[in-house]
Amino acid sequence: MSPDGVQRVTGPLPPAPSRKGRGSAGWRYLRRNRSLAVGIALLSLLALFIIIGNLTVDTELARPLSVRALQPPSWEHPFGTDRQGRDLLAAMVAGTPLTLKIGFVAGFLGVGIGTVLAFIAGYYRGVTDTVIRGIADIGLTVPGLLVLIIIAVSVRGGLTVNQMAIVVASLAWLYPTRTIRAQVLTLRERGYIEVARLNGMSGPEIILREMMPNLLPYLAATLVNAVSAAILASIGLEVLGLGPLESPTLGMTLYWINFNAAILNGWWWWWVAPIVIILIVFLGLFFLTVGLDEIANPRLRQQA
Amino acid sequence: MNASVLRVERLRVSYDHPQGAVRAVDDVSFSLRPHERFGLAGESGSGKSTMALAILRLIRPPGRIDGGEVWLDETRLSSLSDDAMRKLRLAGIALVPQGSMNALNPVVRIRSQIADALADHDSALPPRQLEARVHDLLDDVGLPPAVADMYPHELSGGMKQRACIAIAICLRPKVIIADEPTSALDVVVQRQVMATLGRVQQELGAAVILVGHDMGLMAQFVDRLGVMYAGRLVEIAPIADIITAPKHPYTRMLIASLPSLERKGLMQGIPGLAPLLRDLPPGCAFHPRCPMAADRCRVERPLLRDLDGCHVACHFA
Amino acid sequence: MQLGYIARRFGVFLLIVWLAASLNFLLPRLSGQDPVRTKLLQSAQLGGYVQAGLEDMVKEYNKRFGLDKPLWRQYLSYLQSTARLDFNYSISNYPRTVRELIADAVPWTVALLGVTTLLAFGIGTLLGALLAWPGAPPWMRWLMPPLWALHAIPFFLLGLILSYLLAFHLPLLPIFGGYTAGATPSLSLAFLWDVVSHALLPALSIVLVGTGGWALGMRGMMVTTMGEDYVTFAEAKGLKSPTIFLRYCVRNAILPQTTALALALGQILSGAVLVEVIFGYPGIGTLLFQAIRENDHFLIQGIVFTVIVALGLATLILDVVYPWLDPRISYRREA
Repeated sequence: MSPDGVQRVTGPLPPAPSRKGRGSAGWRYLRRNRSLAVGIALLSLLALFIIIGNLTVDTELARPLSVRALQPPSWEHPFGTDRQGRDLLAAMVAGTPLTLKIGFVAGFLGVGIGTVLAFIAGYYRGVTDTVIRGIADIGLTVPGLLVLIIIAVSVRGGLTVNQMAIVVASLAWLYPTRTIRAQVLTLRERGYIEVARLNGMSGPEIILREMMPNLLPYLAATLVNAVSAAILASIGLEVLGLGPLESPTLGMTLYWINFNAAILNGWWWWWVAPIVIILIVFLGLFFLTVGLDEIANPRLRQQA
Repeated sequence: MNASVLRVERLRVSYDHPQGAVRAVDDVSFSLRPHERFGLAGESGSGKSTMALAILRLIRPPGRIDGGEVWLDETRLSSLSDDAMRKLRLAGIALVPQGSMNALNPVVRIRSQIADALADHDSALPPRQLEARVHDLLDDVGLPPAVADMYPHELSGGMKQRACIAIAICLRPKVIIADEPTSALDVVVQRQVMATLGRVQQELGAAVILVGHDMGLMAQFVDRLGVMYAGRLVEIAPIADIITAPKHPYTRMLIASLPSLERKGLMQGIPGLAPLLRDLPPGCAFHPRCPMAADRCRVERPLLRDLDGCHVACHFA
Repeated sequence: MQLGYIARRFGVFLLIVWLAASLNFLLPRLSGQDPVRTKLLQSAQLGGYVQAGLEDMVKEYNKRFGLDKPLWRQYLSYLQSTARLDFNYSISNYPRTVRELIADAVPWTVALLGVTTLLAFGIGTLLGALLAWPGAPPWMRWLMPPLWALHAIPFFLLGLILSYLLAFHLPLLPIFGGYTAGATPSLSLAFLWDVVSHALLPALSIVLVGTGGWALGMRGMMVTTMGEDYVTFAEAKGLKSPTIFLRYCVRNAILPQTTALALALGQILSGAVLVEVIFGYPGIGTLLFQAIRENDHFLIQGIVFTVIVALGLATLILDVVYPWLDPRISYRREA
C-alpha cells in the first residue's frame, strides 16, 4: 500500500554482492521461499526412498503369498508383512511409484489439455469460449469422484494402472482449464499483447511467445495442484475397491487395510507405512504448490 | 493573526524496502491558515499523497513516520492516543480521496457509509433524523436524495467523488485534505466537483489542502501553493507569484511547460526523469536536471529560505 | 429481470440432471455389461439356486431395458423412470428398491456433511479473518501451522489416524458404524448420544481438515481486501476497528469465499464418501461402497444420480443467493 506510487523495482538493480553463478542464487532464493524448500525436500526424500528402495529391495516380494503373513517389523521384513503375504517394504517401494505415475500422467495430461483449451477459449473468445467454459463449469459442479466411479465400474474386469491414469485424466482438465482461462483473460488486456497484435503477430504466435512465458510459474503451480488432485482421485477410487486389485499401489494397500480391519486388529505396521508415505506425498506437493504460488504471484511475497 | 490551524514541522516518512529504506517525505514543513486553500503540487512519486496520509497518521508498514510533528490548532497529533487520533479523523481533519476509484465500500449503500461515520464518532442519529441529515449533506454537494439508497457502482465518477465530499464534511472538520479529487474525471465534471468543494469549504469555514499535479486546477482554486520534488518541498508561495514569477528552477520549468492559449510554439518539457526515491543524488535532488546546477548543488542540500513571503529551496534564488 | 437469471440458472441445473442421467445410462451400455444377467450367472454358479423373485426382476428389467429393444426406446424409458425417481430394485439387496436404500442413507450423510461443512466454513472463515487482522490476539498465530499442514491431507487420511488414536489406542470413541450394532433406534437420549459418539470421529476428520482450508482462503481474501482503497478511506473516516473489520473487510472478503464454497461442494462430498467408508458410517458413502463390492449397478447409478442432482441443487441455491450478498452482480447479466 504505497499510495504515492513510490517507484520500486523499475530501474537496474544494484549489483549482487557476490557473483558465484546461478547455483548460489538458487539456494538463496530457497532460503527465502521456505515453502518451496520444504516441498522440494519432502519430495526428494520420497524420490530417494523409491530409487534406493528399488535398487536394494526385491520387488517380487510385493506380490501376494510371497512371505509369511502378518509379521510385525523385523530385520528380515523392516516394514512387516500384510495378510496376503506381501512384504510391506517391497509393496511400498513398488507401489509408491505406481501411485505417483498415475498422478503425474493424469496431471500432465489434464494440464496439457486444459492449457490448450484455456488459451483457445480465453484468447479467441466467442462461441468456442462459451462452449468450453460451459462444459468446464458444468463438469466442475459434478463431484469428480462419482463420475470416476461410474466410469470405473463400467470398464469390464477392473482397471489397470495405465487405465486409471487415463480415467482420472478425463476429468483432470476441467479445473486447470477454468483457472488458466481466467489468467489468459487478464493477460489479454495487457498493453503488450495489444502491441503484438497491432504488429501483426498471429494468434498462436502471441500465445506462444508473449503469453506463455509470463504464465509459466502459474502453469507450474497449476500442474503440481493437478498432480495432487489426480493422486487423491486415484487413491479414492482404489480405497473403494475400483483400482487394480493385485497392484501394491498406496490406495490399494489402504483398501486391504480397510477390508481386513487392520486397525481394529492391531496390525499397526500395516497401516503406518502407507499413511506416512501418503502424508509426505500430499504435504510435499502442497508446500511445492505454495512455493510456486509465491513465484507466480509476487504480491504474496510482501505479506507476513 | 498568523495562528495556523494546521502546522507541519520537519515531517519525515520512509518506506522499508528490501534494497533499503526510501524516504518519501523528507523534512517537510509548512503551515495552513484558517479558511485558507493550500495546494500541494508535484509529479507522481514526489511524496504528496504520502504526506496527506502522514498528517492523518495513517502510514502503515512498510511505511513509517521517522520524525517531525503535526499540530492541529494547539494539539500535537503525535501525542494523541490511537483512539483520540481516530476520533480526530473526519471530525478534525477530513480526507477527500480519489472517490472515482475505489474509495467507497462496494457492498454498502451511500446512506450507511455516512451513517457509520456518524455512529463511530458518537453522533449516531435516530432513523428519521439520520435521513434528514443525509439528505442535507447530499444536497450540499449537489446530489439528489435518491443517491442515499444507491450502491457505489450505480454512481458515476463525479457523483462518487461528491459523495466522498459529503462524507468528509458530515462532522464539520476544520481541515479538509483533498487528495487528487479530480483525476480520472473529465473536465466538465472536474469543474463541478471543484466548485462543490469550494462551496462547502466556504460554508464550513474550513481550510483545504489540495493535493494534485494539475497546475491549471491549482491556479483556479488555491491561495498558496507548495511544490514538492523528490519528497522535499522546494517552493511555497502565493499562487499568483508562483505562476507569474516562480523562483525555483523546477517550478520555473513546470510553469513553462504548461500549454498556453496565447503562445504558440514547441512544448517545453523538463529533461531527464524523476529520480528513484531510493537512489537520490547527493545535495540538491534536482541538480541532475537543473540548467543552473553548479558544484555547490551537487554537494550541499538547499534548505527552504524565506524571501518576502515566498519560500524557496535553491542556492540561487 | 430477476426471473431471467433464476430461469437461466435453473436451466443449467436441468441440463446437469439430464447429463447425469444420460451418463448413467450410456456408460454401462457402452461396455456391454448386463448387470442383471451377471448376477443371475453368479447366483447360479454359487449353488445352482436362483433367488426367488429374481426372475420376476429380470422379466421387469427386460421389459423396460431389454437389449432387444432399440436403444432410444431404452433411453426414453430410462429417462422416464428416473424422472419418477424409480431406480429399479437393488440387485444386491433384492427385494428392496434402490430408492428405499438411498432414502435410508441420505439423512445420515446430510446430517454429517451439513453440520461439518457449516462448522468448518464458519470457524475457518472467522479464524482466517482474525488471522489477517493486525488487531487480533497474537496467540492465534500459533494456530496457523497445524491448520495449514492439516488441510493439505485428505479427510479420510486424518480419519484413519484419528481412528487409531482415539478409538483403538485410547478407546474413547467407537470406531465403526452409525450406532452400536444391535441397538434399536429410538429418540431416547441414550440412543442419540450413541449416534453422536459414532459420528464424532468422522465429523472430526472433516472439520479439522476443512477448517484449515477455509481459514487460509479467508486470510488470503482479507489480505487482498485490506489493501483496497475503501479500507484506507474507512480508516481516514475515523471508524472504529471492529467496524472496519466487519463491515469493510469481512463483508467484502466473504464474497469470493462463498463462491469457493459453491465450487468446493463436490470435493467435500467426495472426501466425505471416503470418510464414511473408512468408518462404516451408514450414509451414502458406505452404501456406495457396498454397491460397488456387490456390483449392484442399479444402486450405484441411483446413488451417483442422486448425489449429482443434490449437488446441482445446492449450487443452484447458492448461485441464486449470491447476488443478494453482492449488489454489484445484477440479476440482469451474469458478471
